[in-house]
Amino acid sequence: MWSELRRLRDDVDYGTPPRDGAPVSLTVDGVPVTVPAGSSVMLAATSCRKSVPKLCATDTLEAFGSCRVCLVEIEGRRGFPAACTTPVEAGMVVRTQSPRLQELRKGVMELYLSDFPASEVPGGWSELHEVMAATGVTTSPYPTGQNHLDAPVDESNPYFLFDPAKCIVCSRCVRACEEVQGTFALTVAGRGFQSKIVASQGERFLDSECVSCGACVQACPTHSLVEKSLFEGGYHRAQPPQA
Amino acid sequence: MSEPSSKVATTVYVPRDSTAISLGADEVAAAIAAEAQRRGLGVRIVRTSSRGLFWLEPLVEVAGAEVQGAGGARLGYGPVTPADVPGLFEAGFHRGGAHALALGKVEAIPFLARQERLTFARAGITDPVSLSDYEAHGGLRGLRRALGMAPAAVVEEVVASGLRGRGGAGFPTGIKWRTVAAAQAPRKYVVVNADEGDSGTYSDRMVMEGDPFVLLEGMAIAGWATGASYGYIYLRSEYPDAKRVLEEALAVLRKTGWYGTNIQGSGFAFDAEVRVGAGAYICGEETALLESLEGKRGMIRYKPPLPAIKGLFGLPTVVNNVVSLASVPIVLDRGGKYHADYGMGRSRGTLPIQLAGNVKRAGLVEKAFGVTLRTLIEDYGGGTRSGRPVRAVQVGGPLGAYFDQSLLDLPLDYEALAQHKGMVGHGGIVVFDDTVDMAEQARYAMEFCAVESCGKCTPCRIGSTRGEELIRRIIAGQDVAANHRQLLALCDVMEHASLCALGGMAPWPVLSALKYFPGDFGLPASKEPAHVV
Repeated sequence: MWSELRRLRDDVDYGTPPRDGAPVSLTVDGVPVTVPAGSSVMLAATSCRKSVPKLCATDTLEAFGSCRVCLVEIEGRRGFPAACTTPVEAGMVVRTQSPRLQELRKGVMELYLSDFPASEVPGGWSELHEVMAATGVTTSPYPTGQNHLDAPVDESNPYFLFDPAKCIVCSRCVRACEEVQGTFALTVAGRGFQSKIVASQGERFLDSECVSCGACVQACPTHSLVEKSLFEGGYHRAQPPQA
Repeated sequence: MSEPSSKVATTVYVPRDSTAISLGADEVAAAIAAEAQRRGLGVRIVRTSSRGLFWLEPLVEVAGAEVQGAGGARLGYGPVTPADVPGLFEAGFHRGGAHALALGKVEAIPFLARQERLTFARAGITDPVSLSDYEAHGGLRGLRRALGMAPAAVVEEVVASGLRGRGGAGFPTGIKWRTVAAAQAPRKYVVVNADEGDSGTYSDRMVMEGDPFVLLEGMAIAGWATGASYGYIYLRSEYPDAKRVLEEALAVLRKTGWYGTNIQGSGFAFDAEVRVGAGAYICGEETALLESLEGKRGMIRYKPPLPAIKGLFGLPTVVNNVVSLASVPIVLDRGGKYHADYGMGRSRGTLPIQLAGNVKRAGLVEKAFGVTLRTLIEDYGGGTRSGRPVRAVQVGGPLGAYFDQSLLDLPLDYEALAQHKGMVGHGGIVVFDDTVDMAEQARYAMEFCAVESCGKCTPCRIGSTRGEELIRRIIAGQDVAANHRQLLALCDVMEHASLCALGGMAPWPVLSALKYFPGDFGLPASKEPAHVV
């Protein structure tokens, strides 16, 4: 029923929610596509099977525009607009792949990986891992600097855990808590590099207003928020391979 | 003073601007009052705004029938300390007497005489919260005229003036107003961006502390022109004096019927309030400002929708900088053409330039666009305070490019500076002498971005921290070539992939420092460093 209501396939993540405006036609990588006005370029691209990498976007949440891997080129526009936050316009000519876009996406992914446990790169199957594969970036060129790799894991909730070392602060959990569940238990505390996801006023998940609905776990693209049942014998961060 | 005002022969003006106060203006005013009383002299002390000649603050001015040789003009003495006050009376300064601190006619001081003060016409002259003083010096004429015009005609007058946003982005103010005016909504807002956070800038503060009515008049004109009925002044928390002055001025306007439900019987309703920020540079970005005003975390909103269409609480909102709005009353009073006749190219009107850093005469220079950086720094600023040669200048705040000597003949003009990856910004110019370490300045630019990043988008959130780390390594001489290469790649990603101008422009000071001062990084001079135009 969900897919009928949304008029979208439910096995595809279109990146942004559907809209119901008048039809608008554009081309994405040369392929003509027609979507309702108000739709994002990302939804249009996905509708014609052009995949744009994305991390902070998912079609059950409003666009946010923070992860910067969905940058595209649009003819006649300066710069590299984010596909998720750019509404379609009639006659728009969108390019989702180019050497320049590849370069920028790689640069952004390298920043993510500069604060992500290298030991968690191989063997993972999260959306972040999919984007690593799509962009061909699995390592960071940055020398070791400030990071969140030793941040303590919150295992207080009986059903899921939160490992901040794998968090990319995309706010999908925060937005799912607000937009899907209406609980407003999660927020971002601090700013800049110190920004981190916290439950209520920086409490453990179990002590916070969290109602254990699981919307945040479903929304998390990195398995930073993840079900405990996946880990037999308890959760352990993967150990760095011995040199 | 104890004597009735009819017997007062001399008026002594002492600024109440916070720069002057920080230099002792309150103590000087108190010392003058005490000394006058001791001598039984009838002296009236008026606390005014500042002229913006900061190296002369506290600048005390005298005027009156007994003042000799002034021809009605004000004579200045400065910089005055409380200890100078008895000597000043001894020399008869209240009658224009000669003294080592005497500056002659204030308006003849070359720094001031050669300016074109439109927005700052009353700076240093009037009592900030006296509406009669304001009206006597040209105030309220713009709003009076605007209320007699159709709102659309007011918008077109501002379009014709060529006024562009003085906060930094330089977007045409009139075009923004047109968009808000055309938007259909039950309510609209005027939001003043008074989160003046750029290093070395203070023109917004001077307007708010020194001439609050001109801002409030500009807001009411914006409200009339666009159909907005309520205004918010989003004020940075570091400006407590401005808050007091603005609130006092608002009370005066309400009492006199210039703000409220039926302004001067026109049927137009407009009111406003001051809201204080919480110390985040990013809240000077208009969408983060709106989030903060709504009581949320100050994070960037993506655009579109533009705030002009969907702004505060989702309603059409004019978001203008303090100086932009303070420039509107004179546009309405004298006409758009009068304003547009100043300036060059697409930069019309005047800009209140703020000289700061290592400069002999720091202060406010309001000039038509087109004045060169060299003229500003050498003729107005008098060169460096240290007396050493100028090595670098940063124009337009912490995200502005560093220029070396070779670019000082550039005119102050949005397009001319943009050609060299620089910006007019909010009009701040910070001067450095030849002892500056530009690698350290570049590191600081990244650190600034790291401290002030809202944390929303990745290039800024992680990139600024990585940038600071890379420059630190370069300074320490570690893998200089590799770290330099990575820094250039990082700057490229930040510039082109960030969500807003903070992350997008933080590379500018870094890349310009690398381009013009490679030796400071231990790098060989290169004619064409990557990514720099």
